[in-house]
Amino acid sequence: MANPTPESNPSIGIYVHIPFCQSKCHYCDFYSITRAERIPDYLDALKKEMQLSKISGVRADSLYIGGGTPSLLTPRQMGNIVDWAAAYFNLDPNAEMTLEVNPATATTRDLQDYAAFGFNRLNIGVQSFNDHHLTFLGRRHTAKQALAAVKAGNDAGFTNIGLDLIFGLPDQTAGTWKSDLLQAIRLAPKHLACYMLSYEPHTPLHADLQSGRFTALSDLRTADLFRMAHDFLGAAGFEHYEISNYAQNARWRSKHNQKYWNFAPYVGLGPAAHGCRVPVRWWNHRSLDHYLSDIAAGRLPRADEEHLTLEQQMIEALYLGLRQSDGIVLADFQRRFQSDFKLYFHTAIDRFNAEGWLEMDDRRCWLTMEGMLFLDRIVDELIEMIS
Amino acid sequence: MKQIRNFSIIAHIDHGKSTLSDRLIQATNIVAARDFKDQILDSMDIERERGITIKSNTVCLPYKAADGREYTLNLIDTPGHVDFSYEVSRALASCEGALLLVDASQGVEAQTLANLLLAMEHNLEIIPVINKIDLPSADIERVKHQIEEDLGLDSEKAILVSAKEGTGISELMEAIVTKLPPPKGDPQAPLQALIFDSHYDVFRGTIVHFRIFEGSLKAGERIRFMYNNTMHKVEEVGLFQIVRKPQKELAAGEVGYMIAGIKTVSDTRCGDTITLQDRPCDAPLPGFRDAKPVVFASIYPVAADEYEELAQSLEKLKLNDASLIYEKDTSAALGFGFRCGFLGLLHLEVVQERLEREYDQSVILTVPSVSYKIILNDKTEMIIDNPTHYPDPTTIEQALEPYIRASIIIPDRYMGAVMKLCLDRRGINKNYQYLTSNRLEMIFELPLSEVIFDFYDRLKTQTQGYGSFDYEVIDYRPGKLVKLDILINGERVDALSQLVHEERSYTRARVACDKLSEEIPRQQFKIAIQGVVGGKIISRSTVNAFRKDVTAKCYGGDISRKRKLLEKQKKGKKRMKMVGKVMLPQSAFLAVLKTDTE
Ligand SMILES: Nc1nc2c(ncn2[C@@H]2O[C@H](COP(=O)(O)OP(=O)(O)OP(=O)(O)O)[C@@H](O)[C@H]2O)c(=O)[nH]1
Ligand code: SF4
Ligand SMILES: [Mg+2]
Repeated sequence: MANPTPESNPSIGIYVHIPFCQSKCHYCDFYSITRAERIPDYLDALKKEMQLSKISGVRADSLYIGGGTPSLLTPRQMGNIVDWAAAYFNLDPNAEMTLEVNPATATTRDLQDYAAFGFNRLNIGVQSFNDHHLTFLGRRHTAKQALAAVKAGNDAGFTNIGLDLIFGLPDQTAGTWKSDLLQAIRLAPKHLACYMLSYEPHTPLHADLQSGRFTALSDLRTADLFRMAHDFLGAAGFEHYEISNYAQNARWRSKHNQKYWNFAPYVGLGPAAHGCRVPVRWWNHRSLDHYLSDIAAGRLPRADEEHLTLEQQMIEALYLGLRQSDGIVLADFQRRFQSDFKLYFHTAIDRFNAEGWLEMDDRRCWLTMEGMLFLDRIVDELIEMIS
Repeated sequence: MKQIRNFSIIAHIDHGKSTLSDRLIQATNIVAARDFKDQILDSMDIERERGITIKSNTVCLPYKAADGREYTLNLIDTPGHVDFSYEVSRALASCEGALLLVDASQGVEAQTLANLLLAMEHNLEIIPVINKIDLPSADIERVKHQIEEDLGLDSEKAILVSAKEGTGISELMEAIVTKLPPPKGDPQAPLQALIFDSHYDVFRGTIVHFRIFEGSLKAGERIRFMYNNTMHKVEEVGLFQIVRKPQKELAAGEVGYMIAGIKTVSDTRCGDTITLQDRPCDAPLPGFRDAKPVVFASIYPVAADEYEELAQSLEKLKLNDASLIYEKDTSAALGFGFRCGFLGLLHLEVVQERLEREYDQSVILTVPSVSYKIILNDKTEMIIDNPTHYPDPTTIEQALEPYIRASIIIPDRYMGAVMKLCLDRRGINKNYQYLTSNRLEMIFELPLSEVIFDFYDRLKTQTQGYGSFDYEVIDYRPGKLVKLDILINGERVDALSQLVHEERSYTRARVACDKLSEEIPRQQFKIAIQGVVGGKIISRSTVNAFRKDVTAKCYGGDISRKRKLLEKQKKGKKRMKMVGKVMLPQSAFLAVLKTDTE
């Protein structure tokens, strides 16, 4: 493991991947398998991985259990994970503890039990309140179940609930997206993630698209839906703090996810999980078998790791910084790269500014909503200037 | 004097020259088994990837023959593709013999004939070798018959081998020793050595590949390149044995390398004669005929400030590719660059790839062209191979285009298909003759511009791989020539202009516009692409503006994935060129020449 960066010994985040689902959604390229009977073996190995990657002298101030479908675990099993995290990573009692919940598997009873273990944030994978869309996406649940899941969360005493939505489906109209958003707002979540549907290679949806079973929504329409969410949720008091993420206010931003974007250290546990401690990034095997056999042999189940060069760090800083409404913090940039962001990129910055894509003051530089729609292009041009 | 045999392996493409070289190398144990790989002489990445030989390669093999004596066999593996025949002809100049390989299932093909003629020009002793006898489709009797009939060689002398399985190798080695003549030459005479190739080494400067005809050479001696009239002190001489093996001395008849601290790249010239400064020979060797380029295109650096670097890279590349010729060129769209002449389209691709791989240059190539003869109204004559220099059409009295004489060898059942292909390409059938029964040699005269692009591929598909083709440029003939310009958002991009036959202008313009619209990435505004001849728009296409360029998906903690993508794009981006407001990828320039199915 790399030395901690000199400026800090900050709190770490812990991500635990639960690589099991009841079935695979059509668009999904996360690592998960449907063989739930292997959960116990996996959890044994997970405990060992935690032991092996134990870091002394740290404190964890966020825990995120994602997947996959974490809600396939029994409350007992979930409780164990929390205990291990506390034992091996000094999990702070006040940590942000998020549990990802699939509407198909959430019951009030379970959620109450989860809450008892200290989880204080639920992230519910609603994706859509439109049953046609849910079918298209290959989700197992209905809109009704999604509503029930949110209610169950509330009943179980969760005050910090986040919902995930997907937009940009073929033929999606402003109207259907608006009703999704409306429905979401009515549930008064603290957090909303709105992801643009993307067709990832090796997914059934990608194959269907390729074979011409449907046509993807045009960029023009998708962009309109993006703007609509921004305006609509903005009017409802949501802060658009990251391209795909909205929070009721800054306090309800996802502490854990922000670590990914701001180079904070985090440990990823479970198959395909990623960890980071600048300048090192590492990740585990994307295969449960491979993961288990490494653990059985007493090894960390690492697939690979990379030591980021300064140039690579700068690429990431641009890409991740500009995803967020806080943008690139000039002083941070100066400190990390010994160069003046505005000076370094001034020709491009001026152009993007004139285009209405980018704004700045003397502390920060950030993208406007229009700019966010062209993030890839903008970052592309900026990193091309890195020599 | 050592017992030496100098010989090349020559054949049609893919008949197994490099594989046979492998077997000969292995038979002499100069490479440890664990270091061995197939087609070991094909050492360039691009050769290994494409599975073809591009450069001739020399290797010096120690061999103890049945007569009990030690021999030195200098083998030169040569390329088979037409575009590299200059490599073959230079290799032959340092040999006394040649193994002419014929694939036992394919039989004699066009380059078998062409290479045989080259070897005969050099008065070489030729051993016919029938290879791939292990193939179920091998037909040795038929091939023997062809060797007699088509090649006029004694098929009794043919040696049967399977380079793949190693059969017949020892018999072949004995034949090399007993049938091929030893080199002549007097080691005591004044030095007379021929430079037939060279390459650049960052540490040691130019490394000269040469063959000594008279005299001998050792480290410490002062030499003179007779043509360039430069002087050097020899630091090292040696033999090629996959790696360079330094020797005390090389003498008449030997083939090897020399290092002489030559840092000025232009000092070395392929075909030059090396002699001793203090004891020069009477006259230089005849050297080589210049390579005659048939295709021309310009090469520009992607970044204007890389021009100097590109210039140096080309100079060094030329050391190792004597057939490459170039001169300075400029373009309004692309700035300073070079106009280059190539022996064919594959040669062009190879040059581009070598510049990129070996010299780390990002380059843009313009549409290849043949060279035209233009007669102006005032009767002045000019040769134009660059559309930029095409004169005002009203001042032109006549344009002439180069024609070739093509020899196509096919099984006669493909006669109709080949006839159609050639007629479609504005060809004239001059003659045909049966070689052996069922095999036909058809002679066509064709405009060169019609064959440089995808003619060979077409011929191969139409004849299911059985057709082979060789050609020579014969003369210039009148042809209706027009200049096709491409406008991008109303701006003419000179580097995309091409000279085309009038009959082809519409198809070419349409294909160019279509291909460009596929290659040019979408930008914030709509891009109009137009093909124009003489002020008239004859085709158009558009690239729509893009409305978003973001992937908003979150991959959790996997930050590397997106970064790697960005890094990859950054690399690819180096190949983009801004033309006005539009970004043109390097691929756009190449796409224009793909003729597609017409
Ligand atoms: N079956 C069989 N295949 C062979 C034999 N010799 C060569 N080949 C195959 O023929 C193909 C071409 O072999 P090369 O040795 O690269 O041919 P080449 O003549 O050097 O080709 P160029 O240098 O491109 O002209 C390869 O796939 C070889 O494996 C042989 O004796 N038998
Ligand atoms: S529930 Fe989530 S992880 Fe499982 S298949 Fe669906 S999208 Fe993928
Ligand atoms: Mg070869």
